[in-house]
Amino acid sequence: MSATFDTVAQVIHETSEIPLSEITPDSHAIDDLGIDSLDFLDIVFALDKKFGIKIPLEAWTKEVNAGNASVEDYFILKNLAARIDELVAQKSA
Amino acid sequence: MRLEYFDLIDRVAELDIEGLTIQVVGTLPERSPVFEGHFPRFPVLPGVMMLEFMNHAAGYLLLRRQEMEKFIFLGGVKRAKFRRFVVPGDKMIVDAKITHEGSGFSIAETSVKVRNEVAADAEVVMIATEWPAEELRQEFHRRIPLIPVNDAESA
Repeated sequence: MSATFDTVAQVIHETSEIPLSEITPDSHAIDDLGIDSLDFLDIVFALDKKFGIKIPLEAWTKEVNAGNASVEDYFILKNLAARIDELVAQKSA
Repeated sequence: MRLEYFDLIDRVAELDIEGLTIQVVGTLPERSPVFEGHFPRFPVLPGVMMLEFMNHAAGYLLLRRQEMEKFIFLGGVKRAKFRRFVVPGDKMIVDAKITHEGSGFSIAETSVKVRNEVAADAEVVMIATEWPAEELRQEFHRRIPLIPVNDAESA
């Protein structure tokens, strides 16, 4: 499990009060954890601050709506952690 | 101010679009149906209207910041405190500062001052989205430029 995933899980736990034991890399934020869009904004806000990045939630939503990406690409937590790693790498590049 | 129509901002006193701060002013009417019910024979502005005014201040700033390309609405209230009574005729000075800009949302720290004292403060989440109706977009584009902005505007 990556350190990024651990941080994401901790943030979700603190923001949504979901037990850490229920948050796994394969968890789907919406389907499995029941996080709604407003709760997800709180999570993104916390992750933005934690990693010093700006998660492009709007662009991701557009990609999904346009059929250029799947919901799973962003909302399965291991994928979300991978996207965050990419954003952190881009920032420090 | 036309309280019952949620037409709250009389003028923008300070606007710093790049610095992400705004101060707006609105003076409460002496009489309003709102005051007749809240409360009978003891008129006080409902806290929810103070929250709405703080939301308007932050919303105006965000609308101007992205040149009204998107609609801005209140997505959440992280914290709100109502500290003093605000009464008919009070001049309300509302400050807002955007403390975080995310993708499609912003967080703002806001406050209402009356008679040199903080009457309320709140941290609000503002969401930017496509205009839900063309008529709404046109109405905002007509109305927002009509709100007076002080010459000190630094945008």
